[in-house]
Amino acid sequence: MGLVRWFHSLASPPHFYRFARRLSPWLAVSSVVLIVAGVFGGLVLAPPDYLQGDGFRIIYVHVPSAYVGMLAYVVLAGAAAIGFVWRIKLAHAVAVSVAPVGASFTFLALVTGAIWGKPMWGTYWEWADARLVFELLLLFLFLGYMVLRAAIEDRDKADRVSAILAAVGVINVPIIHYSVEWWSTLHQGPTIARLDSPAITLDMLVPLLIVIVGFTVYFAWLVICRLQGEVLERERTARWVQQLLAERAE
Amino acid sequence: MDVFLLILRRDLKIAFRRWGELATPLIFFVIVASLFPLALSPEEAQLRASGTGFLWIAALLSSLLALDGLFRNDLQDGSMEQLALSPAPLALIVLAKTLAHWLVSGVPLLVLAPFLALSFYLPVEALPTLVGALALATPTLSVLAALGAALTVSVRGGGAIIGLLVLPLTAPVLIFGARATDLAVHGESTLGPLYLLAALAVLALSLGPLACAAALRVGLE
Repeated sequence: MGLVRWFHSLASPPHFYRFARRLSPWLAVSSVVLIVAGVFGGLVLAPPDYLQGDGFRIIYVHVPSAYVGMLAYVVLAGAAAIGFVWRIKLAHAVAVSVAPVGASFTFLALVTGAIWGKPMWGTYWEWADARLVFELLLLFLFLGYMVLRAAIEDRDKADRVSAILAAVGVINVPIIHYSVEWWSTLHQGPTIARLDSPAITLDMLVPLLIVIVGFTVYFAWLVICRLQGEVLERERTARWVQQLLAERAE
Repeated sequence: MDVFLLILRRDLKIAFRRWGELATPLIFFVIVASLFPLALSPEEAQLRASGTGFLWIAALLSSLLALDGLFRNDLQDGSMEQLALSPAPLALIVLAKTLAHWLVSGVPLLVLAPFLALSFYLPVEALPTLVGALALATPTLSVLAALGAALTVSVRGGGAIIGLLVLPLTAPVLIFGARATDLAVHGESTLGPLYLLAALAVLALSLGPLACAAALRVGLE
């Protein structure tokens, strides 16, 4: 019961703001530690790939950013749907804060994929590669969400209209994913998400998993930072924000 | 059901009275399709290889253009508010309006497409598949474009944004439609992509109007 009540209290902006302020240094420190440890493991400890040599090491940036980009879209759509159904303003604020972060990670995945593609396939961009095209479409979905929000002046209206777009988008994401996959099969098969035995040695896999967790925590930190600003802006006329400002001024 | 037929009949009547608006997307479709050979090359081999792609892109763009104003006139003269207040479910009304729009913009496209395809040297045997695939794909495109129009009702001059919102979502339709046509050109079985197009149409027609109605209600406030 205590946990449920604590969770409910998070939906109240002042509670959430205090919680986020306490949480963000922890997220910052742990993301830096995890990413440094994982990158060290990946760039120094892991052996070079017998086919791709050292070129494969970009995987330690490419795969985590692609994963976080997709995670971000799911978080965005989930938060927007919660905000739409239960009219929780904080959930809409989460969706707003996630969108640019998710778009950035998706963009990073595209850029690192292109850089990786040049030595491996001999070309920066390969249209026949399903996952590159999927990432590109995902980036367009993020941009569409952000543009729609920016175009609607009334914040409450923008919250709810863009939530519908995000919900439609998240239904479409798996359809787009599988249609693009079916459309082309040139890309190398999945390497991690195989349950029997991963096609990658443990020395390479463990750093990758650590970086993925690190990127996820880093994503959470970025979102929490943006969210604090968003909450303050939305609640700028509320008494608790005024009190906070008064405390700061002293 | 009465409401559905009533709205359908009303929208068809309005559409035929404004035949300029009716013809614009179709002329647009023909012009875009005829600009592709000018931009690439008039060689027979090239046109046959990429003709299906031209047709699909042109169909996609013209269906977006056609549905830009789907709700705008009704919003401007206030009849959309009346429709939203009526006891009939708004999703049903939206479905009727989308169907009416598809009848006047999608069906003529199905008639025009074979002639354009023949001009691109596509084999006659592929034409039934092309028309069938377009017949399955255009309802999905109409629903998606209607969704774009519904999402942007509160945006001033929202026409340009609709493309940005909707076009990424049309990728599966484009992939399956072009694939079916391509298989037909090479004389292979086209059932797989056609089934998938039908599945997408069912999904769009069942869930799309609900999302449209929700977006319209927010936009009307």
